[in-house]
Amino acid sequence: MNQEQNQNVIEILNLKMYFPITRGLLQRRVGEIKAVDDVSFQIRKNETLGLVGESGCGKTTIGRTILRLYKPTSGKIIFDGTDISGMKEDRIRPLRSQVGAIFQDPYGSLNPRQTARTIVGMPLIVHDLVKKKNFNEKVEELFRLVGLDPSMMDRVPHEFSGGQRQRIGIARALACQPNLIICDEPVSALDVSIQAQIINLLENLQVQLGLTYLFIAHDLSVVQHISNRVAVMYLGRIIEITNSRELYSNPLHPYTKALLSAVPVPNPVIERKRMRVVLKGEVPSPADPPMGCHFHPRCNLATSECREANPTLRDVGNGHEVACFKV
Amino acid sequence: MTALLTVENLKTYFRTYRGLVKAVDGVSLHINEREIIGLVGESGCGKSVSMLSILQLIPTPPGEIVGGKVMFSGQDLLQYKANGERMSSIRGAKIAMIFQEPMTSLNPVLTIGRQLTESLEVHLNMEPHTASEKAVELLRLVGIPDAKNRLDAYPHQFSGGMRQRVMIAIALSCNPAILIADEPTTAVDVTTQAQLLELMQDMVTKTSTALVIVTHNLGIVARYAERIYVMYSGRIIESGLADDIFLNPRHPYTIGLLKCVPQLGETREEKKLVPIKGLPPNLINMPNNCAFLPRCDYSQERCRREPWPPLTLLEGQHYVACFADIQEKP
Repeated sequence: MNQEQNQNVIEILNLKMYFPITRGLLQRRVGEIKAVDDVSFQIRKNETLGLVGESGCGKTTIGRTILRLYKPTSGKIIFDGTDISGMKEDRIRPLRSQVGAIFQDPYGSLNPRQTARTIVGMPLIVHDLVKKKNFNEKVEELFRLVGLDPSMMDRVPHEFSGGQRQRIGIARALACQPNLIICDEPVSALDVSIQAQIINLLENLQVQLGLTYLFIAHDLSVVQHISNRVAVMYLGRIIEITNSRELYSNPLHPYTKALLSAVPVPNPVIERKRMRVVLKGEVPSPADPPMGCHFHPRCNLATSECREANPTLRDVGNGHEVACFKV
Repeated sequence: MTALLTVENLKTYFRTYRGLVKAVDGVSLHINEREIIGLVGESGCGKSVSMLSILQLIPTPPGEIVGGKVMFSGQDLLQYKANGERMSSIRGAKIAMIFQEPMTSLNPVLTIGRQLTESLEVHLNMEPHTASEKAVELLRLVGIPDAKNRLDAYPHQFSGGMRQRVMIAIALSCNPAILIADEPTTAVDVTTQAQLLELMQDMVTKTSTALVIVTHNLGIVARYAERIYVMYSGRIIESGLADDIFLNPRHPYTIGLLKCVPQLGETREEKKLVPIKGLPPNLINMPNNCAFLPRCDYSQERCRREPWPPLTLLEGQHYVACFADIQEKP
């Protein structure tokens, strides 16, 4: 990871994704939800960027917009040197083989009527990446890669456990040897003892195949464990981004501090010493976010400046960026 | 200190068409006055079923409490009829419960006020007028702004966190001796989770209520619980003070759990996760020996030969159900 460090796999510039709120028979537009509001970041080769935030903060929307399941309102998604944000569907299709996706629900994301062989092999057929006679061989190889027994290829999803299904999802995402894999809450639906198996698998595959991940999750301990850098989101904006060690040892944004302190650590000795910052109130509706800094109504450092202007991300050294006037 | 509630050898079985499921198979535990207890385990280990059994809320059939005792103020609750008057006078009044999903545990067609006053009128024989005054006070206590006007609101007008606050208010309205919180924060975000747990801790301390937190989250029990029970496959496999369980775990399952959860502040370079091999057991027609055996790194010949090892005292309040004597730091 030394020479390749500066090579960006993907670069997001001022991405905005607004969803219209419509009303009535004529679908009159009465407002919009700013799910992603002016977000920029880049992911380097071989890196894992974690994206955390509470439900409704827009982290999943970012993942889906990068996959171009949505057409962004504005901004650029530069993938492999080309901007894909405004591209037409027929031109995006070949690019889709280069971005893999793993989803949260191992039950809902696999077609219950297809065999595991079809599910894992489908991307190969769609993108015409393998000759017919090599097909089985290739799928077998993918099965072994994710720790599944190839003899189970002809089973259908309900015959697998949750952890095994997630392995099938990973095998499918790896089929086309993508440059980037979007992992959207890949372990949240799993039991703790199975979670560790999948996290380790993702980590090992990354080392083995030189993968790049965008890891989206709400569980801060999991994200911090697997990521090199972490971006914290609040109401559609990234409010802090830094490497995962620094995020824990030196969080700067008041929201990041509160978020970290809300996560309990499985060690009573550490817990007794920890400061607990309990936030007041709840996350406001993204349809009607507060003016200025979105966090100001819940922030104990807020002043009139925060109510009026929106702080942008600025570098405070070592690539640690934070969007707050008070730090 | 005498125990407020003692569960002895509780067994709750479900008869399904595929076979007998021993969801709770010989659970013994006790809850002391003013204590905060954690009951941890993965999904399907029987933690919720054992708590529901205490209140006789098991759907029968297919479920059935086939044995054991639940001693509460000198009486065995299991001797009472599940829908009888004596059980009803305890359920919700002396022992209250909060459930995981605040949307389904509140009635969507009744106002928040009605649901709060119901238990006050039934259990404490309050007049409707006094009850609604008390309801406003309760809502204020659990941190709901503009409480008076919110009495007429319906559950769908509240967010998940607010609904769970209402549940806490209802549960604590009759000043119960024990509050059982079954995965109270699984459906909410992490900052809301912290708000709710802090609130519960405050409330039970103020009202001298004992609290049982049922969860799969080891962090939550480490933060709040004084004493912990770890369940696996319908049984308690280790119990003790929080420090015993987290700093000196002795059951291979507890050790495995602690090694496989990522801890905030540890990146992957610093601590590699060690997963527990295999899968949680399918509870249908389980063999009689240790259920953790197929996943255990310390299994001996004895574990295969003999039935499940009983909980044995190690020292102080630390009990473990394992033949092997393991000394391993997580």
